[in-house]
Amino acid sequence: MRLSELPKGTDAVVDRVHDAHAADPIAQRLRDLGFVDGEPVRVVAIGPLGADPLLIQIGSTRFALRRSEAARVTVRREAA
Amino acid sequence: MSASTLRIALVGNPNCGKTALFNLLTGGRQKVANYAGVTIERKEGRFTAPSGRVLQLLDLPGTYSLEANSPDEQITRDVLEGKYPGEARPDLIVCVADATNLRLHLRFVLEVKRLGLPVVLALNMVDAAQRRGIVIDVPELQRRLGLPVVETVAVRRGGALALIERVDGDVPVAAAALPDDAASRADLHAQVREILSAAVTMPRQTAAMDDALDRWALHPVFGLAILAVVMFLVFQAVYSAGKPMTDLIGEGFGWLGTQVAVLMPAGPLQSLIVDGLFGGLGTVIGFLPEILVLFFFILALEESGYLPRAAFLLDRLMMSVGLTGRSFIPLLSSFACAIPGIMGTRSIQDPRDRLATILVAPLMTCSARLPVYALLIGAFIPMHHVLGIFNLQGLVLFALYLAGILGAMAVGWVIKRIHRDKSEHALLMELPSYRMPKLRDIAIGLWERGAIFLKRLTGVILALTVLMWFISTFPSPPAGAVGPAINYSFAGYLGHGLQYIFAPLGFNWQISLSLIPAFAARETAVAALATVYAVGGDAGTGGLAHALVANFSLASALSLLVWFAFAPQCMSTLAVIRRETHSWRNVAISFSYMFAVAYAASLLTYQITRLLT
Repeated sequence: MRLSELPKGTDAVVDRVHDAHAADPIAQRLRDLGFVDGEPVRVVAIGPLGADPLLIQIGSTRFALRRSEAARVTVRREAA
Repeated sequence: MSASTLRIALVGNPNCGKTALFNLLTGGRQKVANYAGVTIERKEGRFTAPSGRVLQLLDLPGTYSLEANSPDEQITRDVLEGKYPGEARPDLIVCVADATNLRLHLRFVLEVKRLGLPVVLALNMVDAAQRRGIVIDVPELQRRLGLPVVETVAVRRGGALALIERVDGDVPVAAAALPDDAASRADLHAQVREILSAAVTMPRQTAAMDDALDRWALHPVFGLAILAVVMFLVFQAVYSAGKPMTDLIGEGFGWLGTQVAVLMPAGPLQSLIVDGLFGGLGTVIGFLPEILVLFFFILALEESGYLPRAAFLLDRLMMSVGLTGRSFIPLLSSFACAIPGIMGTRSIQDPRDRLATILVAPLMTCSARLPVYALLIGAFIPMHHVLGIFNLQGLVLFALYLAGILGAMAVGWVIKRIHRDKSEHALLMELPSYRMPKLRDIAIGLWERGAIFLKRLTGVILALTVLMWFISTFPSPPAGAVGPAINYSFAGYLGHGLQYIFAPLGFNWQISLSLIPAFAARETAVAALATVYAVGGDAGTGGLAHALVANFSLASALSLLVWFAFAPQCMSTLAVIRRETHSWRNVAISFSYMFAVAYAASLLTYQITRLLT
């Protein structure tokens, strides 16, 4: 599933980041920020207007991502 | 430059404490705060190591990656790659990493290591890491990274001794330069994971305090309510805490003026000192307390780590008007002054978002407008209490700030319409840990702002005030002239000429005239009005506020307030827009749209108020 569809507070791990188009700088930056296979992620807060942006916890860092950015990341839920 | 000068560059992820470390080492006073992207330029300093060697230190903007995305990140990359014009490649890199956030920061350390330059890793904020129970095995980390590692606490005196000792010793051997490609970049994360599992134990991924605070601060309902209350309290405080001190200072200078008037023979020189200096400058300096109160809150908010939260809450709203959450911090600092605000937009990656932010930043009410607002509000708005707790003068001030914000939203929306831009803009913003603001840092910040204000006062404002006095006094009226002498002066002619343009807005000739020096520095409008009324003999005994009430109507006063909310801002702001965007066209757009908006809004205000009163 996409990170943008992950329910708030659910633990998941990153599968990979997909380029929205060729040489996508946003996707590259996401990878540099640590959105790589196997990293645990969680949605910790959701913006008040239009449920955007999302606050994503990855490792010990919190990043605010817009839904369109989070949609580039596919995640899988941790086996409970 | 002597051969013994070692050139050291401080690099690292945003908000890891590079500038705090720079200040600690060089005794500098560069701005530090708690959000990503405070440092947007390369800053240079030097210090003498215990061995007597002079070390040259470069502070560079933080970046997540050498694949630069924004103008500030590009500076860092260019300096490290030796491509920055006029700047030799550094001899040694001190890579700074936040010890509480190594998973993210070590990746950049590894990326920097591949440049093939000697690198020392400074593990910063080890005190915060200890408090959170994070245990770092430094020898193991050093072995695995293949780099010397030292621990630092940049915010503590003596917190960089280990680093000084290390950089004063032999320059470490550089690792071999490695090529940069997608596969090896992905590999860096795997290496970081391996290093972390071997050298670092973390009881908890995040600080419990941050999680608790964020549950409230980022709550969809309470979060917005908290933000509104915080902003509102700041503006109320500016008025209620600053005003009594302002009055005191104003009275003090008025008294000084009368003392001097007694000591000096009457004549032009007495009039210059009493009317121009004590009357004009004394009125402006009285607003220093208000400006300092405003800066106190801005500095405290910047240090706390709350601002990126506010940006998170407002991102969607700002996006709908063609801006971005990232515009929030530059726009907030524009309340202090638009110049650092416009420069701060360098941390916005998207060029279009950045230009939109630059164009609306001058609409944020800068602190130089505060004297004008405070003077007019104090003179024309009664000191009522509304609903028991709010004072009406504070509310009007708040409304003026709000007018600037709403104006900026409207302009942003129009820019967005014109551009019809469908391309995607990124947010990608890190939210830092909360931090208790340090009184010492705030005190230094306030001191610097106070010094800047006084420098402006004794420089450009003083010069303009003397000039205003001169043109209000000379030439003297011809023999047999009727009417006030000032009508025959240069100022009288100039003001009356300008009044043709501004009469529909309800501005008399004195106001029209004061708009000219205000273009150089906003506060000068106050000094100019004080001078013109004092020279013209209309000031009476009650000071400038009384002179204003006696000489123009409520409608004119409101119209002038609105004019200052939107009018084209000072020359320095336009010069910075030119410098940051490399385009005169943007300066022209900025100037003309603000003139048009200000003229229309003042016209409406004046005509509507006149109908109602």
